[in-house]
Amino acid sequence: MKVKLKILGELYLTFLKIGAFMFGGGYSMLPLLSRELVTRHGWITEETLLDYFAIAQCMPGALAINTATLVGNKRGGVLGGAAALLGVVMVPMALIIAIAAFLTRFWQLPAVASAFAGIRVAVAALIAAALVNLIRSNVKNALGIEVCIFAFVIVAVFGQSPIFVVLAAAIVGLVAGRVKR
Amino acid sequence: MTLLILFWEFLQTGLFAIGGGLATLPFLQKMIERYPDWFGALRVADIAAIAESTPGPIAVNAASFAGFYAAGIPGALVASIAVVIPSFVIATLVSRALDQYRNSRLVESAFSTLRPAVAGLIAAAGWVVLRTALFSAQIDADGLLAAVQWKSVALFVVLLALLHLPRVKEIHPIFYIIAGGVAGLLLGL
Repeated sequence: MKVKLKILGELYLTFLKIGAFMFGGGYSMLPLLSRELVTRHGWITEETLLDYFAIAQCMPGALAINTATLVGNKRGGVLGGAAALLGVVMVPMALIIAIAAFLTRFWQLPAVASAFAGIRVAVAALIAAALVNLIRSNVKNALGIEVCIFAFVIVAVFGQSPIFVVLAAAIVGLVAGRVKR
Repeated sequence: MTLLILFWEFLQTGLFAIGGGLATLPFLQKMIERYPDWFGALRVADIAAIAESTPGPIAVNAASFAGFYAAGIPGALVASIAVVIPSFVIATLVSRALDQYRNSRLVESAFSTLRPAVAGLIAAAGWVVLRTALFSAQIDADGLLAAVQWKSVALFVVLLALLHLPRVKEIHPIFYIIAGGVAGLLLGL
């Protein structure tokens, strides 16, 4: 019981931290998740994190919620999922309520806009740095390179939904696996 | 009554908005049209701007904000809880299934191409962030070069260089985010 509580507490606190600092939503949280879940705690591998992203992309709801629930479940069952989920939403919810109640104008202050412009630059740099490792460890053959470029172009250049990319990639993988055998 | 309707509306949003937080915005648009007295002058663009610039999952931020406008703090709580319930239930079930089929050859071959695809998707997300971070909004008016925010580019290059130095790159991402905010303030980005 004690061990279980410790796991739940760790999950809650880790995701509290992630929720408080994940700017930009969705895939922008990769550097934070990778540092906290893979490097610091060793709860999952980088590959598993990508698997979760792929699955979460096809499920309803926010990517962060789905990923938190999946990681929490793996570590501590249903309660673990709940602890991670509660952690990730706590700070953002409190902040939003405070902003909606008192600070709607706060968002238009030039100083706030400057700070957020800087945060966006930092997030972009973190993603760029994390991508190098990510591609090195997950794009291993010619098919992988093609799929990776295809995914980028479809979404970044043509503005299509990532869901179709994920579904198409899964089908390509299944077919390729079949052909190999 | 408002709380019940809020719960029901956001439960549906959570269930049908597939593909991340931004997918919830069309649902919010419909809600604003259907219940104009809840939201006053609030537009979806305002909700999106605040949800995207505060930390946290965009779907939850948007639900909290819209819920607060409709029914105060209880509204914010009810909307947020409703929007995450479908994700929570489905992710819990998927997690079970995943443990069971983890080692199946079909699952493994699907994931062998899913991982590179997700790497590409993350690159695309990074590209969007980079574009908004380094270029001003009015690209078309004066051409690409005039839209470049040189101070932001300089900050980007410095941070990226730091992220490749041994030792320095081990510093927690949170510090880079805070440093980015402080630098933005000091440079007046």
